[in-house]
Amino acid sequence: MDIFAQLVTSFIASAAFGILFNTPKRALIQCGLVGMIGWIVYYVLVAQGLHVVPATILAAMLVALLSYFCSKIYRMPIIIFNVSGIIPLVPGGSAYNAMRHFVINDYYTAVQLSTKVMLLSGGIAIGLMFSEVISQVVRKIAAAKR
Amino acid sequence: MEKKVSIEKVCILAGKIMLESGAETHRVEDTMNRIASAFDVVNPQSYATPTGINFAVDIADETYFLRITTRSTDLHKIAKVNHISRRITAKELNLSEAFSSLNAVDKEPLLYPSWVRVIFAAFASGCFAIMFGGVWNDFIPAFVAGGLGYAGMLGVDRFLEIRFLSEFLGSVIIGIVTVIVIYFGIGKEMDKIIIGGVMPLVPGLLITNAVRDLISGHLIAGLSKGAEAIITAFAIGAGIAVVFAFI
Repeated sequence: MDIFAQLVTSFIASAAFGILFNTPKRALIQCGLVGMIGWIVYYVLVAQGLHVVPATILAAMLVALLSYFCSKIYRMPIIIFNVSGIIPLVPGGSAYNAMRHFVINDYYTAVQLSTKVMLLSGGIAIGLMFSEVISQVVRKIAAAKR
Repeated sequence: MEKKVSIEKVCILAGKIMLESGAETHRVEDTMNRIASAFDVVNPQSYATPTGINFAVDIADETYFLRITTRSTDLHKIAKVNHISRRITAKELNLSEAFSSLNAVDKEPLLYPSWVRVIFAAFASGCFAIMFGGVWNDFIPAFVAGGLGYAGMLGVDRFLEIRFLSEFLGSVIIGIVTVIVIYFGIGKEMDKIIIGGVMPLVPGLLITNAVRDLISGHLIAGLSKGAEAIITAFAIGAGIAVVFAFI
């Protein structure tokens, strides 16, 4: 039941962010699905006791992979799918929490949280680079076959 | 000579639309180079930062410059420019056709009207409150807070052209709404409602793009995007803190 609620909410949240980012209408459902799958992988991994940073890297890699396939199938730039798909993983909550602790003069917690935000966004960037790795490998293999 | 100027105009216009729509820097430079190559430019030089574009058809040639003042996220336009650049590469469009179709894309309004975006921002806020471990009681308060906050941000953005003030006032609204619903006992966990509510305002995309730019070697673009993200996050945190200061 809990997983089900997470599936539904992450799907709606990713697709809604697609609308905030003016995603073309025919890509909205795919954006929602990409975001949902990425978030569920993250959620299950964290529930199994994995630390949040490796969980984010793995989920972001999956988002990158799915976005790559979507961009090939629907012939749109990959940014359309991975931007909305990555949104649930983005440490917006931690970034906000860090800033909140800064402004209430709790610098100790704030610096800790900011470091976490940096690590998480670094993890997302590593995961998203994975899609570039795939596309270059695919291109090189295709070139080698020719 | 006449033709050469036109190539630069097409490339810079394409780059301008993409940068203003929030594309990554390397994608912008790549698209500009592709368009130039399609028009038989051998050694195009493009340099894009979040605040400006430089473009020349050859090294040590005349360089053209364009200032970028507004930045938002508009994936629809990025897809359109991408499509046009593909058609240019496939030699389906000549220079003047490319220029006029890019101009048409540049003048296009946003894909979704403001009220649609406010409603979906509200849904996103409600869902985020659940995703970050809130209970279902928090859905409606986060929905209302997020929707009002996003609407407030859009409204302030329209009337005042001061950057970061709109995010600040948007998060003040979210803070006030949250305090009110907690006071009347409708919502349960204040933190979850606020985090859900501010999610549509938080520059999550900017943070991630900044790190990606840094890693891919676009150091100036990465640093300036990072600065924008940090100031925006600070504006949001300060807005919430102002509300906390009065209760």
